[in-house]
Amino acid sequence: MPVISLQAIPMEHGLLLAAILFILGMVGVLTRRNIIFVLMSLEIMLNAVALAFVVGGARWAAADGQIMFLMIISLAAAEVAVGLGLVLQLFNRFKTLDLDILSKMKG
Amino acid sequence: MLEYLWLVPAIPLIGSLILVLSQGKLPELPAAIVGAGSIGLAFLVALLAGMEFLSSGDVAYTQHLWTWMAVGGFSADFNLYLDGVALVMMLVITGIGFLIHVYATGYMHDDPSFARFFSYMNLFVSAMLILVLGDNLLLLFMGWEGVGLCSYLLIGFWYTDTYNGYCARKAFVITRVGDASMALGLFLLYTSVHTINIQDAMGVAQQQWTVSSSVANWVTLLLLGGAVGKSAQLPLQTWLPDAMAGPTPISALIHAATMVTAGVYLIARTHVLYEMAPSVQYLVGLIGAITLLMAGFTALTQSDIKKVLAFSTMSQIGYMFLALGVGAYSSAIFHLMTHAFFKALLFLTAGSIILAMHHEQNIFKMGGLRKDLPWSHALFLIGTIALVALPPTSGFFSKEEILGSALMHEDGGFLLWLFGIAGAFMTGLYSFRLYFLVFWGKKTHDGHEVMGLHLQGPLVILAILALVGGWIVIPVAAVFPHGEEHHVPLFYQAIMLALPILGTLTAYFVFVQQRVDVKALAGEGFGARLHHFWRTQWGMDWLYDQVFAKPYATLARINKNDFIDSIYNGTARFAVLMHSLVSDTQTGQLRWYAITLASGVLLLVTIGVLV
Repeated sequence: MPVISLQAIPMEHGLLLAAILFILGMVGVLTRRNIIFVLMSLEIMLNAVALAFVVGGARWAAADGQIMFLMIISLAAAEVAVGLGLVLQLFNRFKTLDLDILSKMKG
Repeated sequence: MLEYLWLVPAIPLIGSLILVLSQGKLPELPAAIVGAGSIGLAFLVALLAGMEFLSSGDVAYTQHLWTWMAVGGFSADFNLYLDGVALVMMLVITGIGFLIHVYATGYMHDDPSFARFFSYMNLFVSAMLILVLGDNLLLLFMGWEGVGLCSYLLIGFWYTDTYNGYCARKAFVITRVGDASMALGLFLLYTSVHTINIQDAMGVAQQQWTVSSSVANWVTLLLLGGAVGKSAQLPLQTWLPDAMAGPTPISALIHAATMVTAGVYLIARTHVLYEMAPSVQYLVGLIGAITLLMAGFTALTQSDIKKVLAFSTMSQIGYMFLALGVGAYSSAIFHLMTHAFFKALLFLTAGSIILAMHHEQNIFKMGGLRKDLPWSHALFLIGTIALVALPPTSGFFSKEEILGSALMHEDGGFLLWLFGIAGAFMTGLYSFRLYFLVFWGKKTHDGHEVMGLHLQGPLVILAILALVGGWIVIPVAAVFPHGEEHHVPLFYQAIMLALPILGTLTAYFVFVQQRVDVKALAGEGFGARLHHFWRTQWGMDWLYDQVFAKPYATLARINKNDFIDSIYNGTARFAVLMHSLVSDTQTGQLRWYAITLASGVLLLVTIGVLV
């Protein structure tokens, strides 16, 4: 089984993938009206960033990239926990998850 | 009794306080007893004090009550000062005031604000007494403003009619112009002589000022401004006819007998200052001369009985100013006193006629009232004769003294005398026009004399005073410089005697025998224009309207929205606009925030890459 070294993949490809993922996530955040989907899109954006760190770490053969990846993953996990809790509360209170309706913070 | 002098202004003040503190709930009888009684009591004290003053040799008496204020080098005492002039004024105010108060208890009968009326009246008498008894200019000024306030309150006494309120404000504002001038005069005088005591100030001024120096001219001119405002002389005279909106006893007390003569008193009191400024003193006489003639012509065209009397008051005060202008101070005070007698009589009798005619004041709706109102007729005739100055009434003596002094005055006295005798003719004409129109001619309306001791009693006393008051010798020799004895040539005496009679006869021929058709004369062409011109006070009201009232109203209209404030308001409005702009970005839409965030980052990154 041939070992595919990460070195074999040019860094640009990895970064391009991360950028595509990031933009996909961002478009999701901007266009989705359901708060669950927004959260999911946010996860994609976080993962895109995490991927960029990993690619960077591989390119320079440094452990920093992977450490950052671990931090981002744990941050995302915590964020999901808090975020879903808030979503539950929102639904309990307003019986909707539509962000356009949840606009009480209007200045 | 002299040590009880303080009671004279204090008793009316206490009376006023009682009436005020009872909140006008006092029934009529006790209110009348307090109101008129306090003035009667004050008159008694004044009479006793006056008798002691005269018997103790006519020496000016000062009563120190307390130190009013003392700040640094400045101090003002609350002192009463009694000399001959103050005594005459005090007796006129309390004596005539008492008679008018008694009359008013009948005139104001059944008025819902009976007690309020007397509280104002008592306050007025108290303020007027402080004005004449005050030994310093500050105290005098306090009384001066006090009588102005009471005048305002009483002109607008029937305040439910907005016209009365307008008249009261007009009187208040116009006299305030004079008062401002007077206050400036007092300040200037103090900076020059460093005392506000009237006698001391006059002494210092006599020693330190030079004749016709600018300070002497300015002080006397500014004080004259106050005097013409209060005494309704040119050019601040337009308020007096409107002041007739008040109840008739007010017109008699305030706007005929006492308050309007305060200007005469002020100038007589400070006569030493005026002698230091001969040109201003001559101006005083000239103002009086012009006013007396102008008011005479206006009186001839009025149709309201009270306004005729108002203009005749203006005219008679003009005579007093004329006397002051030629240095005949004692004649001015003498005429002030006799005028108080007969003008109070005329006003109160006019009040009786108005009562009898059920509050009709238009003389063209009266006529032929001789039979219906015998009392009023007799009393009004006496008052008119005294006003016209036919011998041997009181008015004859005082007016003859004034005209004689004017004639004997060296500088320009003859001109003033000409004005004076022309005015005497006019007085005869307009006074008897009023008398004939009311009491002679065809009867159009029935009148019913309202009788009562408190109505006719004071009138009879006033009538006696108006007839024989000319023989009263006023004790002012110690106050005023002695003029040399006048020996008016017989020719001039004959003229002075003849002109009032001529005026009377003219009135008789025109208004009783109707030899001249007045209606036609005043109805068309030049005559109508002249009639209108005189009737509207020689256009003075119109002039002030154009020069002061209209431009002020225009300015007020322009500045209705505070265009100066718009700078500050603009700042505020800009802040509000900015706030709303920023506030609009806070839509509450999460996705909107996200887009803003994303585009912001994009912008920053772009800038970072490009730069």
